[in-house]
Amino acid sequence: MDAKDILGLPKNLPIQEKKSKPPKESQRKPDGISREVYALTGGLAPLMPAIDVNQLKRKAQSENEKITWQWLPFTNSARKDNLQLYHWVRVVNGNPPTGDYSFAKCNKSADIIKYTDEEYEKYLTDPAWTKEETDQLFDLCERFNLRFIAVADRFPSTKTVEELKDRYYSVSRAILIARAPSPGDVSAHPLVKDVYNATQDTERKRALNLLLSHTKHQERRDVEASANLVLPVLSDTGTLGADKPITTADTVNPSTNSEFPSSTTTPVSETASVVASLRMLRVYLRTYSLEQMVQAASSSAGLRTIKRVEQTLQDLGVNLKPKVPTKAVCAEHLELRKEILTLLNLQKQLQYKEAEGSSLRDGTFTETPGTPPKQQSVRAVDLDRTFTPDSLSTGGERFGKREQKRKGPGRLAEAPSSPAQSKRPRKYKASD
Amino acid sequence: MPNKSGAEQPEISGSTQKSQRTKITKSSDDNEKKSLAKKLKDSEICIPIVYGNIAFWLGKKASEYQSHRWTVYVRGATNEDLGVVVKRAVFQLHSSFNNPTRVIEKPPFELSECGWGEFEIAITLHFHSDVGEKPLHLYHHLKLYPEEESGPLSTKKPVVIESYDEIVVSEPSEALFARVQNHPAVIVPRLPADFTLPPVPLEDVDSKNRVDTKDNPLNQWFTNFSEADELLKLAAARQQVQAHIARLRRQLTLVDGQHQQLKAPSDIS
Repeated sequence: MDAKDILGLPKNLPIQEKKSKPPKESQRKPDGISREVYALTGGLAPLMPAIDVNQLKRKAQSENEKITWQWLPFTNSARKDNLQLYHWVRVVNGNPPTGDYSFAKCNKSADIIKYTDEEYEKYLTDPAWTKEETDQLFDLCERFNLRFIAVADRFPSTKTVEELKDRYYSVSRAILIARAPSPGDVSAHPLVKDVYNATQDTERKRALNLLLSHTKHQERRDVEASANLVLPVLSDTGTLGADKPITTADTVNPSTNSEFPSSTTTPVSETASVVASLRMLRVYLRTYSLEQMVQAASSSAGLRTIKRVEQTLQDLGVNLKPKVPTKAVCAEHLELRKEILTLLNLQKQLQYKEAEGSSLRDGTFTETPGTPPKQQSVRAVDLDRTFTPDSLSTGGERFGKREQKRKGPGRLAEAPSSPAQSKRPRKYKASD
Repeated sequence: MPNKSGAEQPEISGSTQKSQRTKITKSSDDNEKKSLAKKLKDSEICIPIVYGNIAFWLGKKASEYQSHRWTVYVRGATNEDLGVVVKRAVFQLHSSFNNPTRVIEKPPFELSECGWGEFEIAITLHFHSDVGEKPLHLYHHLKLYPEEESGPLSTKKPVVIESYDEIVVSEPSEALFARVQNHPAVIVPRLPADFTLPPVPLEDVDSKNRVDTKDNPLNQWFTNFSEADELLKLAAARQQVQAHIARLRRQLTLVDGQHQQLKAPSDIS
C-alpha cells in the first residue's frame, strides 16, 4: 500500500477489500447452528433439511394445555408381589395417566398343559421316560417358559435338547388329542398339526454346525459348486441334466492331492464343470471345447503366467492353436499346457526357496524374492560369511538400523522384522 | 464299412465292456437297449470337417469389381459327404452382395461367387433333428491373394486357405448312432464285437440325389490334414517339459535338504 503511495498509483484498496470479503463471508455462514456444527457438514448446507425445524418447536405450543412431569408411584399387573415403584409421569392438566403399566402386556407365557396322573397312565407312558422325569420336565418347562436350552441345563439326568423337546411335544400332543371330544376339533391346533421330528432337528443342527465350522477352503469349494449350478441354464437343449455339474465337481474335489494347495483345486474342478457344460451343449466344435478346457486349466493363473505359457509353447515350436485339432491332438495340447503351468510353478517355487536359503545364511532379508536367478541356486550354498557385508549394503538405508542391532555377522541374528520388508514368515528361531 | 480308427481311442473303458458281455448273455432286448443307452451316455461321435475357400484369379477376364472367382465351402475332412449330419449350411456374405444370406440345402455345402474383396464369412451349420437343434457357427476370412508376394498372379493356381475342425456330438441318441455308425464321414466309438444294433433301413431317396463328393473337381486343391505331425511335435514338447520338471523337482529337494542343514545349528547356544 505504501509502495503504491510512493509510486503515486491510484488507490484501488476499497475495491480489493470488498472483493476479499464476500468470499470469506460465504464460508462463514451458519444460521441457527453453531460454527463448529456447521463445519461438520463440510461447510456446506444440506440440500434438504433432515428435520423440519419449524415443526419441532410448534408441537408443544399448539396444545394450550399444562404439561408437567411428576414423580409418581405405579403398579405393574404383571407382578405378583404388589411392589410399588416410582417413575416420571407426564401429567396433562393435573390428570395423571390411567391404565396399567404399559409394559405389563409383554409378560406372556406359554400355556403348558398339565396332565393328571390317570392321563399319564393312560396315554403318556414311554419306555425311555419315567413319570418322575416327565413331571420334572414339565415343571422346568413351566418355570423357564419353554426355553429348552435352560431346561436341558437344569434337567437332572442327561438328555439332549432334542429328546426333551420330543418328549414335551409328544406328551402335549397326546393329551390334546385325548382330551378333545373329536379328532377334528384339535386338528388345527399347532401342536397337533406340526409334529416335532427329533431326528430331523438333530440333523439340522449338525448341518448348521458343520456349516459354521467350515474352513475357508471348504467355503471356496462351496462357491465353486454353486457356480456350477449356473451352467445348465445356459444351453437351451431340451434336457436339463442339472444334477451333473454338482456331482462331478464334488467327486473331483476330494480327490485332488495338490502340491500347491491353493492353486490346483480350482482348475481341476473347473475342467470338470467345463466337461459338464460341453455335454449340455450336445453339439459343439472341437476347437471350442479346447478353448474352454484351456481356459479352465489356466483359470488360477494370472495374465502374465498365461503369456509365459504361450511363450514357452512358441519356443517349443508348438502352435498356440493346433492346426489339426483332432481329439488326440487337443488332449495332448491340453496336457502340454498343464505341464508347462506346473513347470512355471516349480520354477517360482525354486526361486522362493533359494531366496529363503540366502536369507537364512546371511541373516538378512532379500527384498525381492524373484531376483536370485535360477542358475545361482547351487552356487549360493557355497558362499560364506564373507558375503554378508555385500548383502548388508544391498539393503541400503533400510538395513542401516538393523546393522546396529546385529550381534555379529556369524550368527543368525534375531529378526525384528517389519512385515513390509519380507513377505514370507521367518522359519528359524533366534539364537542367543 | 469299418469305423475310422486313426488315432481315435475307444470311448468305452474295459470294465464297461465286460459288464456289457454279461448283460448280453441274458439275451433280452431290454438289457441291450439299456446298456447301449448307458454306453452312449458317456461317449461322443465326431465328424471331422474342413472349411475354407479357394480363389482363382480371373486374369484377362478380371474386371475392377470381379477380379477373382472364389468358392467357400464346408467339407468332410476326407471329402466324405457331410449330408449325413448336416441338414443345410448358411453362408453369410458381405452386405455388398445380392442376397448376402445364401442357403445351401444339400451337399456339397459350397458356394461360388465373383468378387474383389476379402471379408469374413459366417457359416452356420444346421443339423438333422436327431443330431441337435442348435446350429453351429464357423467363421472364415475369405482370402483371395496369396501370402507371399510371388509376383504375377496365376489363373491356374488358386489361393487355398482351409481350417480343420471337428463337430462333436456328445451323448448321441441311439437312432443317430445307428444311422451314422457306418458312414465314412463320421467317427464313432468302437463297440464290443458281439453288440448288434438294429439294422438301419437304406436311405434310397438320398442315394439318387446324393452328389458324390469324392468327385468334386476342386478336390485336387484340398489340403490333406494329418494329425501325425502335430502329435509328434506335441509329444516331443511334452517330453522336454517333463524332463525339465523332473530336473526342477530334484533341485527343489536338494535345496530343501540344504535348508534343513542350515536350520539345525540354531540350537547351539
